[in-house]
Amino acid sequence: MLRYMLNKFVFFFLAMFVLSSITFILMKAIPGDPFISEKAVPPDVKARLLAQYGLDKPLFIQYTTYLTNLLSGDLGISMKLANRAVVDFIRDSFPLSLRLGIAAIFTSVIIGVTLGMTAAFRHRKLMDSTAMIIAVLGVSVPSFVMAAVLQWLFAVRIPMFNVVGLVQAKDYVLPTLALSAMPIAYIARLTRSNMLEVLHSDYIKTARAKGLNSWTIMRRHVLRNGILPVVTFLGPLTANVITGSFIIEQIFGIGGLGKIYVQSIGNRDYSLIMGITIFYGLILMTARLLTDIAYGFIDPRIKLGKRKEGSA
Amino acid sequence: MTLHNQNTAAAELELALTTEHFQKAVVDHHDAEAIERASTSAWKDVWYRLSRNWTAMTGLCILTALIVMAIIGPWLTPYDFSKNDLMSTSLAPSEKHWFGTDDLGRDMFARTWMGARISLIVGFAAAFINLIIGVIYGGIMGYVGGRIGDIMNKISEIIYSIPDLLVAILLVVVFEPSLLTIILAFCLTGWINMSWIVRGQIIQLKNQEYVLASRSLGASGMRILFRHLLPNTLGPIIVMLTMAVPAAIFGEAVLSFLGLGVQLPAASWGTMINDGTKVMLLYPWRMLFPAIMISLTMLAFNMFGDGLRDALDPKLKK
Repeated sequence: MLRYMLNKFVFFFLAMFVLSSITFILMKAIPGDPFISEKAVPPDVKARLLAQYGLDKPLFIQYTTYLTNLLSGDLGISMKLANRAVVDFIRDSFPLSLRLGIAAIFTSVIIGVTLGMTAAFRHRKLMDSTAMIIAVLGVSVPSFVMAAVLQWLFAVRIPMFNVVGLVQAKDYVLPTLALSAMPIAYIARLTRSNMLEVLHSDYIKTARAKGLNSWTIMRRHVLRNGILPVVTFLGPLTANVITGSFIIEQIFGIGGLGKIYVQSIGNRDYSLIMGITIFYGLILMTARLLTDIAYGFIDPRIKLGKRKEGSA
Repeated sequence: MTLHNQNTAAAELELALTTEHFQKAVVDHHDAEAIERASTSAWKDVWYRLSRNWTAMTGLCILTALIVMAIIGPWLTPYDFSKNDLMSTSLAPSEKHWFGTDDLGRDMFARTWMGARISLIVGFAAAFINLIIGVIYGGIMGYVGGRIGDIMNKISEIIYSIPDLLVAILLVVVFEPSLLTIILAFCLTGWINMSWIVRGQIIQLKNQEYVLASRSLGASGMRILFRHLLPNTLGPIIVMLTMAVPAAIFGEAVLSFLGLGVQLPAASWGTMINDGTKVMLLYPWRMLFPAIMISLTMLAFNMFGDGLRDALDPKLKK
């Protein structure tokens, strides 16, 4: 177990290192320098600007400075917006995105698992096919279409909710639904197929034959094995919610980090793009790391230190 | 009824049968070996099971229809997809403009199907490149195995843990959006899942007897890999492909939504939806048609892919 966790930690740092290196290389691959758009800067001023930002030093020195800055939590400064630090943008706008993201993750897991389990227990009955039709539709409709339709239906046609903004509690309903539609569908399908597999497995029959009551079987055998794969989905789920937030925040006019990111792409504010990318990468990889560790705790096979060949 | 009675009944029956009633059977032992039904190949079997699955077939029909329309659609209307007509901007769907027009008076029907071309090209091209890289990398990783395979596996794990869409966004930002950069952006990390599936299958297969037989007949490693191992992993590879194509189409739509899609006058479904959402309340058809098409594509791929997975799974065979 310790070895397993250590292994995952090493991967986390390696991946983070590769991501930061890629961003650095890409930043340098952009033709010209950050001040090329300024109006006819005199050569000596330009030299001083370059010196101030350390851009006159050799690439390797720039690279190591960049990495040490990252380690101390310095993501650089925006090139277009009055020299504001990237970290400040994140501090201001991320809490909003975080709240929305957490709401979406909880909604997806709760509704998705419920839907999937209902479908599995009512296998080949009306509830099953209804749940699966919802799931297939959920996977098929992109989140921006879902958001637009929800907005039109529940804010314009039937004015139940506000069209844009995120002020009151009920403002969370539409963006959360739009964000979690696709994960709900994935989780429902995943839960259903796993539950079906577990319910038909031999050890459930054995447990029944031993005379365990159905609640105990449910709690100790079915749920534990049926939910396990959903835990592995938490990493991709976080990724899904983050990429979804770029779009959803735009459509619902929420001033979260997703919106800032999209704006920075529109402005070609390279240092802001890179900084936020690293930040998102950090969140995603932390989510994946936590998922792996949680999986290690739940899956008894990993505790024994054995890993199935070919399943890595 | 007593035992005695039964015996007499049997005796009467015996009397009624004479040797003329019997015929000597000719037993040909070769007949027992003959196969009554025409033999089916594994792929015919898969197709048989697939064709019984109406959801999968519906998906296949929708897909075929979409592809055909992507090819001929823009020619079905006299209007050019990129030609502005400032006298007829933002018209509702009518007899002249079947899907209406956009803010520059361009015909939405022609644009929708030109968008289909872009979206489908991105989807298929990205999936195809991922297939090639994934199969080669995964094949080597699984077949060579040992230390080299381990190192290759670790490398792929590191690349996999880098968030794909973020790298795609970065790449397209730096190298300017074009069809090529968008496709390549999805190939950076997209091949990893494919390579893992191939690796897992090959590790399972490479110790089978027929591989040993082939090796003892003097087949080279490459021949074993490409003639024996890869064809047997085709099933999971195809299922993976049916997921990779819609994933790339979806990713392209997200990039377009962020303003990183193909550049004007070309349009993909993503860019059209992005433009459409801004005026959704005034001109809903501008978003509606591309949105329906992209959802239909996703739906069709999902339906077909699910059916294909079931058809290829020998465990589900009845």
